[in-house]
Amino acid sequence: MSRNLQLVIVGVGGQGILTVSDILGTAAIEEGLKAVMSEVHGMAQRGGVVTTEMKIGDFESPLVAKGEADVILGFEPVETYRTLEKASPRTGIVTNTDPLVPPGVSLGQGAYPKVEKLIENMRNGGLKVIAVPALEIARSAGSTVAGNIVMLGAMVALENFVLAREAVEAALRKRIAPRWLDLNLKAFQMGYEAGKKQ
Amino acid sequence: MKPRDILEGKAGDKYFVLGNEALVRGALEGGLNFAATYPGTPSSEIGDVLSEIAGPAGVSFEFSINEKVAMEVAASAAACSLRSMVFMKHVGLNVASDPFMTAVYTGTRGGFLVIVADDPSMHSSQNEQDTRYFSEISRAPMLEPSDPVEAYEMMKKGFELSEALELPFLVRTTTRVAHIRSVVTFGEITGGRRQGDFEKNPSRWVPVPAFARTMHRELQQKLVKAREMSEQSPYNFVEQVGDKSPYGIITSGCAYNYVMDAARAMKMDVRVLKLGMTAPLPEKKISDFLRSCEDVLIVEELDPYLENAVRVLSQREGITARIRGKRDGLFSVMYEYSPDILKKALCEWRGVPYTVECVEVEALTLPPRPPVLCPGCSHRATYHAVKVALRKAKIKDAIFPTDIGCYTLGIMAPQSMADYLLCMGSSVGTACGISRATGKKVVSFIGDSTFFHSGVTGLISAYHNAHSFLLVILDNRTTAMTGHQPHPGIACEVNGMKAPAVDIEKLVKAIGVEFVKVVDPYDLNATVETFQEALGHEGLSVIVSRRECALVADRERRKKGEWKTFEVNQETCSHCLVCVTQFACPAFSSEERNVFINRALCDGCGVCAQVCPTKSIEVRSNE
Repeated sequence: MSRNLQLVIVGVGGQGILTVSDILGTAAIEEGLKAVMSEVHGMAQRGGVVTTEMKIGDFESPLVAKGEADVILGFEPVETYRTLEKASPRTGIVTNTDPLVPPGVSLGQGAYPKVEKLIENMRNGGLKVIAVPALEIARSAGSTVAGNIVMLGAMVALENFVLAREAVEAALRKRIAPRWLDLNLKAFQMGYEAGKKQ
Repeated sequence: MKPRDILEGKAGDKYFVLGNEALVRGALEGGLNFAATYPGTPSSEIGDVLSEIAGPAGVSFEFSINEKVAMEVAASAAACSLRSMVFMKHVGLNVASDPFMTAVYTGTRGGFLVIVADDPSMHSSQNEQDTRYFSEISRAPMLEPSDPVEAYEMMKKGFELSEALELPFLVRTTTRVAHIRSVVTFGEITGGRRQGDFEKNPSRWVPVPAFARTMHRELQQKLVKAREMSEQSPYNFVEQVGDKSPYGIITSGCAYNYVMDAARAMKMDVRVLKLGMTAPLPEKKISDFLRSCEDVLIVEELDPYLENAVRVLSQREGITARIRGKRDGLFSVMYEYSPDILKKALCEWRGVPYTVECVEVEALTLPPRPPVLCPGCSHRATYHAVKVALRKAKIKDAIFPTDIGCYTLGIMAPQSMADYLLCMGSSVGTACGISRATGKKVVSFIGDSTFFHSGVTGLISAYHNAHSFLLVILDNRTTAMTGHQPHPGIACEVNGMKAPAVDIEKLVKAIGVEFVKVVDPYDLNATVETFQEALGHEGLSVIVSRRECALVADRERRKKGEWKTFEVNQETCSHCLVCVTQFACPAFSSEERNVFINRALCDGCGVCAQVCPTKSIEVRSNE
């Protein structure tokens, strides 16, 4: 099994993408692996698209070339779709199914496509897609704010994922404040199971 | 990573740190005593970390009013033998360049590092100028880290280098160094608070012409030593990829990362000269490298800074290796690099076909998602009030100079109220030019932090030169865009002492401006009336539109559990869509003319309820 991973995480500002990225980096340290990751700060964060790219293993730059992502973790279906130029037929797609409609749509700036259509298109393109209703799962885990950790769990459930589930859990224990830990461990577990099922 | 971890992280442990955080840890391990800044992306997190840990770390730290002042504060502390640093974004160095240029003449006693963060591709900037030229103009030596590990190491070592030459050093980062995370192994922090001392010596510290002439000569002598330092520097090294070959790459900064990833993935045989001390350049090392190659590619972001130097050197030394780069069009002088750009260029250089394995999915037109003003943002309310006031005053051709901050997003529809922008503080000076040149009504927008930074000087000039326009100071009580740093209008604590606030109205009145009013943009009617009054005023008028940044206010309210949200009364709603099309809060959505408010996004500011013509937006009952 290769210990290299090229990962793209994408979503909208405020969805907890940086937290997930930080946990993955911490987990890579647990596993004794090199990790490098890019972040978006400043103007682009204000309700805009947030993308972090991450490479675990023998890499210098965090940025992922076209067609070279091993995994795309999408926190928002349209943003997952927007990132597909980074995908090849080998790429695993783990996407949330809850849409966040950009405010411009109400002003007539484009239309929001049907989520089912997005997922169907990706599958028709030959991609393996794990579709996760993260909000619903997080709610039943205790709070909708843990949607990001549900998604993390679903990704770790991918076959041959570069980081062991135990390492990611250890990172969660390190990075999440004690009072939110139980909730997040539960969300992680439920996300993991949802990922395994597909 | 919490800011405290940067101070408290244990020696020998590994941490997943941001480039900006690594700079701070390296500086602390290098004995940092003194730091100053004005926030600017992508350098802001340096200050965010320092503002939390400076006290316990024994470091004097301040957010100065602008970069020029920050440079003066830090340079003079370094002259008093303290290890000091100042940091800013690339355009910040334009503001600070006056003291910087001469600080290189006077030199320094304590190590003095000037961190400047460039923003190739302009993720959050108005231009993408290449700071490396500042090392040529000023003659300051320069370090260029390519990742957080090097950022950490160069800061740790940088103070020593600066002290050895008695010269300030530039440390040039870019967005993809400042804002990437990687694993850094921390060392020991040994420094702590020190008292500086000033040795009076006008021939060293006062560059009147007679002394400045000597200083320039001394600077040239220091540069001889600096060149030797560069030749010996471990930051300038050669790395072999694959087997021996006549091909070489010269690179610096984060471009090195793309080079290595692409060269390894393509299984190339190439030698890479990685330059980390990029001024003065190690000319002997470069010449030796060029002589050992037949074909050399220069890979660097933005301008052909290295390439120009290497071509000149090669001509001077009679070196025949073929040199390729930006000057022959293999790379662009615009925008940041990416693994794709590198792969493509390396393929072209080596004559290998460039291939990408992509998926084929149906191309869909996806709705764009540009950055927007947040729900509850007071700027949206102010823009709306100005629009209504202009409509009531029947002014259709007003011109709106704007400035640098969140409110620059007023450029987006439906506000569309950003007509002209140059740089920090420019809204005031440009309002002078535009109003006098056109005779039109000019309403200019500037944030509170930006007003202090460099708007206030423009306003003094505007008053003195009898200009006529309305300046709106959008006072959200913070430097919001860069992550909520304080500014002189905010009382806070600095270095354990109470830092008093400067009163904007009093300041504006003291200049002499007669029409000065303060409004709360959440009170829409009163705000519109005041704007109408200001629009009727001949001459210069200033309105301070004051309401705390919604992100800060929300954080406080969440802590206290005080939260209300609004909803649309579907029975009384007339489906006029004023709330969606004119006010355009991102919490709103509409489907077939039915309007909904996303409860998760609604901040409860209640301005939409005042905008609604049928009063159909109501506080949501807490069921």
